[in-house]
Amino acid sequence: MGGKQLQPHPQVYRFMNFIVIGVNHQTAPVEVREKFAIPEARLAEATKSLASYPGIEEGMVVSTCNRVELVARTVNGTADLHGFVRQFYGFDPAPYREHLYEYREREAVRHVFRVASSLDSMVVGEPQILGQVKEAYATARAVGAVSSHLDALLTRAFAVAKRVRTETAIATSAVSVASVAVDLAKKIFGNLQGKTVYLVGAGKMCELAARHLLAHGAQKLYVANRTYDRALALAEKFDGEAIPFEQLYETVPNADIVISSTGAPHAIFRKEHGEKFLSRRKNRPMFFIDIAVPRDVDPEMNKLDGIFVYDIDDLSQVVSSHIADRRVEADRAEAIVQLEVDKFQSRLQTLDVVPTIVSLQEHLETVRQAEIDRVRGRMGTLTPEQEMAVEALTRGIINKIMHTPITTLKSAARESSEATTVIDLVRKLFGLRDAGKAAAAADEANAVGSGKPGAHN
Amino acid sequence: MPLVWLRVAVAFYAVGLLYSLLLLSKRGNLLAKVVEPAVGLGLIFHFVSLVESTVQVGRLSFASIHYSESILAFMAMVVFFIFFVLYRTVSPGVVIFPIVFVLTFASAIGQKPVTLTSPLLRSGWIFVHVVLIFTGYAGLFLSFGASLLYLVQERALKAKRATPLLTWLPPLQTIDEICYRALLFGFPFMTLGLIAGSVLAIDKYGPLFFYDPKILLSFIMWAVYMLLLYTRWSSGWRGRRAAFLATFAFVIALSVWAANSFSRTHRFIVS
Repeated sequence: MGGKQLQPHPQVYRFMNFIVIGVNHQTAPVEVREKFAIPEARLAEATKSLASYPGIEEGMVVSTCNRVELVARTVNGTADLHGFVRQFYGFDPAPYREHLYEYREREAVRHVFRVASSLDSMVVGEPQILGQVKEAYATARAVGAVSSHLDALLTRAFAVAKRVRTETAIATSAVSVASVAVDLAKKIFGNLQGKTVYLVGAGKMCELAARHLLAHGAQKLYVANRTYDRALALAEKFDGEAIPFEQLYETVPNADIVISSTGAPHAIFRKEHGEKFLSRRKNRPMFFIDIAVPRDVDPEMNKLDGIFVYDIDDLSQVVSSHIADRRVEADRAEAIVQLEVDKFQSRLQTLDVVPTIVSLQEHLETVRQAEIDRVRGRMGTLTPEQEMAVEALTRGIINKIMHTPITTLKSAARESSEATTVIDLVRKLFGLRDAGKAAAAADEANAVGSGKPGAHN
Repeated sequence: MPLVWLRVAVAFYAVGLLYSLLLLSKRGNLLAKVVEPAVGLGLIFHFVSLVESTVQVGRLSFASIHYSESILAFMAMVVFFIFFVLYRTVSPGVVIFPIVFVLTFASAIGQKPVTLTSPLLRSGWIFVHVVLIFTGYAGLFLSFGASLLYLVQERALKAKRATPLLTWLPPLQTIDEICYRALLFGFPFMTLGLIAGSVLAIDKYGPLFFYDPKILLSFIMWAVYMLLLYTRWSSGWRGRRAAFLATFAFVIALSVWAANSFSRTHRFIVS
């Protein structure tokens, strides 16, 4: 090293500029989550506008029945996501402040890992959330809202989720919403033998619940969906019958168990419907499982004799006892997540091209100095003009040489999958020292130099 | 000696009573494992007691009110066990056990030697009448018990909280079936019992027998019984509405029992 102190680089901490805001089943009741929920059809649009909001480089939106989260990477560590909420939803998030949570940097990384690993789920360990996060990620990729760092974060989150699932017993004993629904159906109907299940909406959760119910003896399956083809596809899968959506109200009274998960903005089953169903059924009981947010079934319907309505929050209450049993496994899973956050941080540091550029510059500068010192002995004393000419010449040469590697590194940084390969290649070609050490050195220098609060653990 | 066996039966039935009380106080079901054999043994001793007293007197007789209570309790237990075998659930016992206990207890502490005062009681018809009516009562009691449990289970499901009751009670539909089948089971007995009684009474007292308060109430009870079945058939009434009707029927049944003291035709004891 040329004895020169490394300058703290303003971009070194760029990799931790993550920010997450959202509402979930713990912080907000279903009435509030309904307000924030984004229907599948609008997800791409929401993701796109998030990513193009001022101050934000990359963005992703997760919207499930239990949570709505905006995940973003900002340009300089802060961004006015509340402003985005105001712009996108058209209402002021201030009244919901107590329900909204916000995580930054390491905490944001940890949160994303926990969500993907199903540690933040209503039913800890349930498998659906991973699929939902994956879908949100796919949507974000499709609209070009994620690139280098968010991409790396999500890829890692999926790996962490897999690790948690295989290394702890959390998933094996997981009580999914679907199996809770089966238990409740058994409490009402006893044996499910010969019972009829009606799916309203053809979503993943619906399908899962139907699979469970059929496995426990339910006999007949009807599927109604706004897009008839999807109803048909799902019905075929289970040997059921697809019903055109217009015939919904005439056919629902045939069902004992109705699982509803449409993206409808308003309730599609109201109390007066329930009264009609009951008279058609001669008061035989009906069980409505409402996993949609916003809810499909008016809670008033639960007041009718013989109709039992459980929404997603009610199911959570039923399973809350199971969660306690899995505390130990959850603690182990949390430890894995913590470890992975640390690993991710150092990995992102190696991903960062800045230390490589710095050491490339240092390396060439050292070479240049050494060569000048060597040649100077042979040339004797030079005039100040000659001295300056030599300086200019040598500097010009190394700057020209460095230009292409540096631009290549910078462009590689934007595409995370390339970055490591290019960094390794450059380091190998120029004989630079180990990337990890360089990053650590850069890190150290920054800790001294930048004084940025919260950026460092 | 029959009294001794009856008292042993009462002791066993007390286990059933205790089981019901423990459940209602939500103290868990410590007695869950012993309650079936206990009340089963109670039923056997009860049977022995009834047989012995019948043998002693030489025939079945209903002259003593205590003896009738014992028979009614016995029939209630028999019907309970029929449904226990069918549905493998002791839960209607929560209501049946206390009723049976009170009936047998009253019978066991106060039983006097049977006194036969009315020649009517010697006839075989009266035996048919009483056994049929009591079997009908037993069905009604069981249905009443089950309909109360239906309400409890329905409320627990609607409250959406995992209470201990929710896990202990059988599924709603099973309770509902017990409710309905017990009614169905009891109805023909009740109807035939009333017919047998009417035939007897017309024979003995003439058409005026109908103005007796006990008989009048019995017919009202029969009408309510019929109504219960009818609403069930026609519009599938269950839950709250069915429970109200069943409670109504049960209250009438109690008043029919109490009406003995005002009844001309049913006063058989020498006082």
